[in-house]
Order: sequence, then C-alpha cells, then structure tokens
Amino acid sequence: MSALLTRTRLAYLGIILLLLLVGIFQSWSVAMVMINLCLISAVMALGVNIQWGYAGLFSAGTVGFVALGGLAGVLISEAPIPEAWDVGGAGLIYSVAVLAALIAAVLIILTVMKPGTVRRIVLTFVILGGYFTVRYFFDPATEAIEGVNPAGQGFLGGLGLPILISWPVGGLLAALVAWGIGKVALGLRSDYLAIATLGIAEIVIAVIKNEDWLARGVKNVSGLARPMPKEIVLQESPTFIGWVEWLHSGALSTVAGDERIQMLRDYAQQDAGLFVKLIYMLLFTIVLLILFALAQRALNSPWGRMMRAIRDNEVAAEAMGKNVTKRHLQTFILGSAVVGIAGAMLTTLDGQFTPSTYNPLRFTFLVWVMVIVGGSGNNHGSVIGGFLIWFVWVQAEPAGIFMMDMLTFFMAPDNPVRLHLLDAAAQMRPLLMGLVLLLAMRFSPKGILPEPVRTVR
Amino acid sequence: MELLNTFALMSNYVFVPALAYGSQLALGALGITLVFGVLRFANFAHGDLMAFGTMGVVLMTYWLQAQGVSIDPLPTALLALPVGIALAVGVSLLIDRTVYRFYRRRRAAPVVYVVASVGVMYVLNGLTRFIIGPDDQRFTDGARFLISAGDFKRMTGLDEGITIKLTQALTVVVAVLMVAALFWFLQKTRTGKAMRAYSDNEDLALLSGISPDRVVAVTWVIAAVLATVAGTLYGLDKSFKPFVYFQLILPMFAAAIVGGIGQPIGAIVGAYIVAFSEVMLTYAYKRALMYMGPEGWGPDGLMQILSTEYKFAISFLILVFVLLVRPTGIFRGKVI
Repeated sequence: MSALLTRTRLAYLGIILLLLLVGIFQSWSVAMVMINLCLISAVMALGVNIQWGYAGLFSAGTVGFVALGGLAGVLISEAPIPEAWDVGGAGLIYSVAVLAALIAAVLIILTVMKPGTVRRIVLTFVILGGYFTVRYFFDPATEAIEGVNPAGQGFLGGLGLPILISWPVGGLLAALVAWGIGKVALGLRSDYLAIATLGIAEIVIAVIKNEDWLARGVKNVSGLARPMPKEIVLQESPTFIGWVEWLHSGALSTVAGDERIQMLRDYAQQDAGLFVKLIYMLLFTIVLLILFALAQRALNSPWGRMMRAIRDNEVAAEAMGKNVTKRHLQTFILGSAVVGIAGAMLTTLDGQFTPSTYNPLRFTFLVWVMVIVGGSGNNHGSVIGGFLIWFVWVQAEPAGIFMMDMLTFFMAPDNPVRLHLLDAAAQMRPLLMGLVLLLAMRFSPKGILPEPVRTVR
Repeated sequence: MELLNTFALMSNYVFVPALAYGSQLALGALGITLVFGVLRFANFAHGDLMAFGTMGVVLMTYWLQAQGVSIDPLPTALLALPVGIALAVGVSLLIDRTVYRFYRRRRAAPVVYVVASVGVMYVLNGLTRFIIGPDDQRFTDGARFLISAGDFKRMTGLDEGITIKLTQALTVVVAVLMVAALFWFLQKTRTGKAMRAYSDNEDLALLSGISPDRVVAVTWVIAAVLATVAGTLYGLDKSFKPFVYFQLILPMFAAAIVGGIGQPIGAIVGAYIVAFSEVMLTYAYKRALMYMGPEGWGPDGLMQILSTEYKFAISFLILVFVLLVRPTGIFRGKVI
C-alpha cells in the first residue's frame, strides 16, 4: 500500500513537472490551455473508470455522452428565441403530445391485448399512424423554426440561464440516455452493451448534426455565455487594470508617460487571457475534486466492495443475492453522467458547440486509453492517465511531423514519398493511440497506478 | 400499366440496391459471426479489416490500370482481389499472433478481447489512412450497366426503367458463390467440421484432438477473405472511403445479432433484413404514390419515412428491437 502511495505521489509530481516544462519552454498560456483540457479529460476518465474499473462495463459510446453534455450547454445558456417559438413552438408541442399519446397507447395495447397476430397488426397500425401524425405536426414546425433568421438563429434557443447550470444538466441528460440504453443492453452478453452504445453514440451525433432546430446542427452555435467576463471587458475594467498595475509594479516603475500606458495595456491584454484561463482552471479543479471525492468514497464504501465483487465474479455475487443487472445499470448511468458533465464543461471552455468535432477517436477511444494506461479501478490512475494521455495526444502531431521530417531528411524536398509521408503524419494519431492501448493492455494491464490490493484485516 | 410502372420504380430504387447492399453486408456479417462463434467476442476491428484489405485491392487496381491491364467489361479490381485478400489474411494472422493469442492462453473475459479489438481497429484504421489517405477513392472501371434504364424502357415500353449496374449484378453473383463455398466448407470438410465443433463446445473439441490454433487460424483466414471481398464489392458499388467502412460495423453487427450471432445462416438473413429496412425506410415514396393515385395527384412531401442521414439509426432500432424481444436472434444464436 505504501509503495502505491509513493508511486501515486511520484506520478502527480511527474505530471506537474511536465506541465511546468511546457510553461517554461513553450508558454504559460499554452500550458494553461493544456491543463484545462487535461482537467476535463481527467473528469471523463473518471466517468469511464466508474464503468470499466468498478464494474467491468465496456461502453463504446462515450462520445455520444460528451455530445449530450455539450448540447446541454447550448440548451441552458442560449437566450430563447421568441420568434422561433411563435412560429414553431405550438407545432412542436403538439408533436411531443402526440408522441406521448402514442407511447401510452402502445403500452396500453401491450398490457390489455393478448399476445398474438391480432395484437401485432394493431400495434403496427397504431405505431405507423402515430408516427405520421407526429410528422404531420413536427415537419412544418421545424421547417418554420429553421426559417427564422437562418444566418444567425434558426433554432429554438435555450433557457437563457447561467451556463454553469448546464454542467449538472448535461450529466442528467447523459444519465437519462444511459438509462434507456442500459435497460436494453445490460443483462445480456457483455459485448452487447459495447455494440448498443456504439449505435446510440452514432445516433446522438447524427441527431445533433441534422436537427437544426435543436442546436443549429453543423452550422454550430458560437459565442456561448461564459461563467466570467470576456477578456475585452476585463481589459477595460479599472479594477482589473488596478490588479495588473500592482502585479507588474516593478516592471512598470522603470518607464513613464506614454510608454508606461502602452506597457500597461500590453500587460492587461496578456493577463486578461491568463486570468480567464485561471478561472476556468479553478472551476474545473473544483468539479474534479468534488467528483473525485465522491468516486473515492463510493469505491471505498460497501457499495464499492459489492461492485468489485460483481466485477470479479458475477456468478458468485449473484449467488450471494446481489442483483447484478441492476448494479450494472447503476454504475453505467453514474459513469455516463460524469462523462456528460465533462462534455458540458468542454463546451463551456470552447465557448461554442460544434457537432462535427465529436469524433469517436478523440472522445471514446482516447478516454479509454487514459483509463487503461492510468490504471483501471484506481481513481488516481484515471486522473494521471487523463493528464498524461492528453499531453501525448497534443504533442503527437508535431512529434509525428518532426519524426517524418527526420526520417526523410535525405530525400529531395519535392520527393513524392517524402511529401506523402509528411502529409500522412497527421494520420499518426489513431495508429499511435491504438498501439499505446494494445501495448498497455499486454504489458502493463494494471496501468501506471494499479488498483490497490485490499486485504481483510 | 400504372401498377407495372410502380413495380419497376420500386425495383429500381429499392429492390436492386437493397439486394446488392444486403449481399455486401452478408459477407461482412458472416465474418463477424464466425469470429464470434469461434473466438467468442464481437470483433470491432472487422470494418477496418475490410478497409485494409480493400485498400490493397485499390492500390493493386491502380497499378494494373497504369500497366494497361484490363479485363473489360469486368472491373480490373477482380484481378487485384487476390492481393488484397493476401494482405488482409496476413495482417489478421499477424494480429492474432501478437494480440489475441495472449488473451486466449490466459482465458481472458470476452470483454477484454472486445477492448483489444477496439485497439486493433484504430491501428488498422491508422495504417489505412496512413497508406492511402482518408479521402474517397473511385477504382471502378469496365462496363457500367448490365441493363440500363433506356434499354429496359425500350424492351418493356414502361415509363420507368430498371437499371442494373454491373457492380450490383457482380456483387450478388460473387456473394452467392462465396456463401455456397463457405457452407460447403463448413458442412463437408474436416476442417469445417472441426470449426463447428470448436464453436459448439470448446472443451469437447479439445478433448477430441482438434487443434485450437488451427481452428482459430482458419477462422481468421475465412473472415479476412470475406471482409476483403465484401469491402471490394462495396467499394466498387459506391466508393472506397476508410471512414465509411468503420461505420459499416453497426449494420454488420445488427445483421449478425438479428440472425442469431454465431449462426452463418442467420448472418445472411439478418443482412438482408437490415439492408431492406434501411433502403425501404429511407426511400422517398412520392413518385411511387403518384403512380398509384389518381391522374395529376401527388403527395406534398417526399413521403420519406426517415431521412438518409439516419440510416444507421435503422440498424440500431432493429438491434434494440431484437435485444428486447428475442435476444438470441432469429436462428437462436449464442447468448449469455
């Protein structure tokens, strides 16, 4: 145990050192951008670790839950668009009402009628009729909504609430979808959850990309509200300039007059950027710490012990009276919710919602690599994995180009092989990450920080 | 006459494309189901194995075309097929040797294989994109049509034509030949019987002296051959783009599970179910209804049940339906 503790401390120290090096050799701004994304990655890894490390559930659809969290960012923070509600709100509400009635009707038929051919025929007709009724209201409504000022709006807008609220809401949204998919796929073969989550992620992303009335689809929503003032506002604010003056009083005292004003303006500009990143960093750190503390408590509680028992031997746990399917559903929902929160955080940090960036390599697979390299079943491991793998990911592309450059230095600059290799270096990421995952699984299956061995006293 | 026109229209836009697409899916799903039956895991890398093998075919086709080799009216890709197959078989055996064998010896849980296969998927995907790039490749040549719309209209005097592309006809013929050969192999040869025995009960098969390494190797060879052929036919029919092949795993999984995973017959039936549902639900019925209805009448919308962007949702819905109603699939595959 103490060896693991030393190892954990060393790992954290190493990460801090790595980020300090980036700060010193690249720039502090780059380092802070990296830290912010590392923090978000760590939250995602924590979520996936709850699924994989605690319960051994493999979800191939993390990207879908990230996207749902991001969607929550838009739906919560954007101002509502009254014109859009005027033209299409009623139709949309009717179609939702019809949909609810349809679901109720199907449930009633399923309980009242006896199974058989008659029931099947009735069900088919009810579902088809209901579907076309929904479309009858839905199609004109969405078309009208998308027609409202399509260049800048063309969607319903959101609730106009502070964007921080979208973080828990993103978690809830993800949890809801996870509940649905878990209900269907859990309790069957373990591969089925992987396949089903792969499918739901594709669908979530297809919906977000194509349903323009919801969040503008691939036209993106940019300029989302932020939890702190913008850099421009900060640069003008007297309080902030006062802070900058105090911070740089040494440098400023060496010059005077116009030169001093110019210098102060430069400092204010530079510090405003850093300040905003710092605030994000604090917010993300708070979220990570809270989630980490909760995850750790859960892992060490009787519930966590039960989860490990189920993971290590399902049959034995079931024989002891544990409801394996229910516990799996629970962990799957919890993990997805954490991923959803991270998704909302990411959209907040970006300040925009861009559905085309949700690609499985970047969100599903990378997070997997983080958890497995970091050490599945160990929350510290997930955090370390999140930081380390994000660092490698960011540095992989320049490193790949550099490597190709070195490999082909003897060729003429316009040699087609050299050009192709340099061009293809951008494709190095999936290859590299796939290799990292396979090598980690093979040679270090426990990861950097293995799951602590627990013994009964 | 109106009815015949409707029939021709539907055949042209629904039946023929769905038949070709279903045949391509069937070959892919057969590979997935065989790997599942013998190695007992859902192979996420199958779509990218398809892409990898097809890449070999595409590059070889380009080379042959540059050499002036042609088997017009048939596409040159048929000549290049053995190269792609050899590449896919080689890489499959190499991956099994370096990745999966380790877990097999340790008798790891199925989910560990799945995770490993996701790793393999990205390695193959990276290699493919590294070698040929992520862009669209069109490598179809030779005659375009077996029956063109004009010919058909002239022959029958209908307003609507049925077009059968050569690649579609080729797909169906090749798929039938491949499936026949596969079933003959599984039913009649010693190795095929050993494979089925191993899939049915691993321990009993081992006791009977069946070599597991041999069975596994044969399975990979068959899966790679099927994947390359399926990928090449799909690429000839549409075009070759690595990302699209990655996306094909969802309909292929759906096909394998609908039919009953581990059951070769099931994979074929499932593939046609998925393909026909996909094409029928995303087809715009406007013109078909115009023929059926009174003169000069037409529906307002396109009469499309789902827009084509959501075609993957259809495989998913079928999958969910089957998991809810009959998780073993139509032909009672392995479950739990």
